[in-house]
Amino acid sequence: MSQPLLSVNQLTMRFGGLTAVDAVSFDVYRNHITAVIGPNGAGKTTAFNCITGFYKPTSGDIVLRHKDDTEFKLQEMEDFRISQTAKVARTFQNIRLFGGMTVLENLMIAQHNHLMKASAYTIGGIFNTPSYQRAQEAAKKKALSWMDRVGITDRADDPAASLPYGAQRKLEIARAMCTDPVLLCLDEPAAGLNPKESEELNALLRSIRDHDDVGILLIEHDMSVVMEISDHIIVLDYGRKISDGNATEVRNDPAVIKAYLGVVEE
Amino acid sequence: MSSTGHSSSSLPAMIKRSLIATVIAFLLFLPTLGIKTAASGGVDGLFLIYRWTLLGVGCGLIFIARMAYELFWAPKDGEQKPIKAPSALARALGSSKVAKTVGPVLLAFAIVFPFLPFSDRYILDLGILIITYVMLGWGLQIVVGLAGLLDLGYVAFYAVGAYSYALLSIHFGFGFWMCLPLAGLLAATWGIILGFPVLRLRGDYLAIVTLAFGEIIRVVLLNWRSFTGGSNGLSDIPRPSFFGIPFNQSEHGFAATFGLEYSSMQRIIFLYFLILALAVFTFFVTARLRRLPIGRAWEALREDEIACRSLGVNTVNTKLSAFAIGAMFGGFAGSFFAAKQAFVSPESFNFMESATILAIVVLGGMSSQLGVVFSAIVMVGGVELLRQLQFLKSVFGNDFDPSQLRLLLFGLAMVLMMLWRPRGLVSTRMPTVFLKDKKTVSASMISQGRG
Repeated sequence: MSQPLLSVNQLTMRFGGLTAVDAVSFDVYRNHITAVIGPNGAGKTTAFNCITGFYKPTSGDIVLRHKDDTEFKLQEMEDFRISQTAKVARTFQNIRLFGGMTVLENLMIAQHNHLMKASAYTIGGIFNTPSYQRAQEAAKKKALSWMDRVGITDRADDPAASLPYGAQRKLEIARAMCTDPVLLCLDEPAAGLNPKESEELNALLRSIRDHDDVGILLIEHDMSVVMEISDHIIVLDYGRKISDGNATEVRNDPAVIKAYLGVVEE
Repeated sequence: MSSTGHSSSSLPAMIKRSLIATVIAFLLFLPTLGIKTAASGGVDGLFLIYRWTLLGVGCGLIFIARMAYELFWAPKDGEQKPIKAPSALARALGSSKVAKTVGPVLLAFAIVFPFLPFSDRYILDLGILIITYVMLGWGLQIVVGLAGLLDLGYVAFYAVGAYSYALLSIHFGFGFWMCLPLAGLLAATWGIILGFPVLRLRGDYLAIVTLAFGEIIRVVLLNWRSFTGGSNGLSDIPRPSFFGIPFNQSEHGFAATFGLEYSSMQRIIFLYFLILALAVFTFFVTARLRRLPIGRAWEALREDEIACRSLGVNTVNTKLSAFAIGAMFGGFAGSFFAAKQAFVSPESFNFMESATILAIVVLGGMSSQLGVVFSAIVMVGGVELLRQLQFLKSVFGNDFDPSQLRLLLFGLAMVLMMLWRPRGLVSTRMPTVFLKDKKTVSASMISQGRG
């Protein structure tokens, strides 16, 4: 296997006396779907927030490698830079869309940094220079292609808050993909979806994995999603990693059965 | 409150609620209507006049009004109050088609306005005042309406602009057109200086700090006597000239140069067109900014700051740019104010000004430029209208001064607005970009921002 896209090494996060994530290490590969699972309070979202810069980890390294071998130490970067330069995109457990803005506008904001440059940091944009117009059209086209892929093109000019729940989830993924990420982090993408929508989500994630040259890291409770699409599963319990492997390995790991599958879930 | 307790429409319950309203009114009216202080003329100074009849009439009116409301207008038991569709006027103002026709019509009216038969000096001064507030409203709208950052100290930037022009022209002899960009630049710098400490603040805390900032600027202007002249202000500020031609009676003056008869109105008309041009400039720049990536980022910031950061939007720069650009337009307007008055003093930049500008933005609607125009006309023109209601003296006696009711009506207007149009005259927003057709986004979807 080639070099990992993301290497998390001895990641620890303490909140006062509580150790939410305790010396967790794992790798994420390009064109793979890596799932982080674990009972409630296992530290999944905390680990996620450390990777995407919303928390500063107490200790440990998070290294992201681009194709040209540039390395980014994510634990030292500000949250918006992680998206802007290191190209890590994320979604949220409680969907965070720009509700009063249209679907298209949501997808345009995802391309903010690119468009800011094209508008010469607003100065060129005020005079509507041809190069800005071209960039704007290209951004619209890209937004349209993602709306087509997740199937919400007919709602392009509706405010995001008016979309049904399932479509909002899809829009959030499309918005994250519009930032041109190398790593897509999804925080419980299937939460609240019905079985049919879950099925569509699986297909979408597979298609992103196979065609968009990104690594996908996801937190999920829905085992039908996790077991079906993950290439690699990491199991956390009480902040520690208790298992790591593919679906079959994890399913048969006694530690996992003890901590998770046999005890908490139905 | 239990579900039956509140909406019960039985007669005793109605009387009970009306009596409660009357008691509250009594407590409020007791010091305001019931007691009046009067000068005795002697050494004792003041003594009290008790007006029990007036107090009784006031409380009685409240009881009758509340009973009438209970009997005729209040929702009855089990009756769900229907959610009202936006009124025709609000819908019309919100739609882009109407905005596209009303805008040019208003502009055309503004252009011919000084030449209309009724436009005397007083009317024209009022027009200048209204347009100044429209411009300030558009500037503040960037900060409050788009970026969702509540700024209670906007008048500080107006003051910075005004004093920049005054000081630069007095000490360095700079002309108006030279001072204008400098004043804008200085105000923008102060916008950034204010922006830095408040980056982490939201909501009430942000409002308090910006309020304090506005006061700090005013107090500094008041106390730094050697520089700003203190409470005496700065006078003899050079008046703007028509591209170098002054408005006076000399042979090089405007009238003589263009072969016209001298009239002091020429200068007023020039000032009118000057502020109109500045306002139109503000309109086009702010309208354009809103459709650019930076404007979308401002609105995204209002909608959800965390999501913004997750998409790589630099929220620090975005907030600072909103403060700076909003402040810049305040600075332009301030510079014009100083040029028009030829006198500035800290008196002109008190909190009431900030409150008026904010009220214009809130009443107009957070993201509608047309709404700001209408609310500025109502807020500024309406107050002036009160001065004209002299006929009321024949009704209420000669002591009655309608302009003293200004704040009362101001408060009443705010209460009515909260009831009928809580999100402003135009509460919808137009998308900045669209695929097939532009649909207005209804107010219920739009976040008001917590900053």
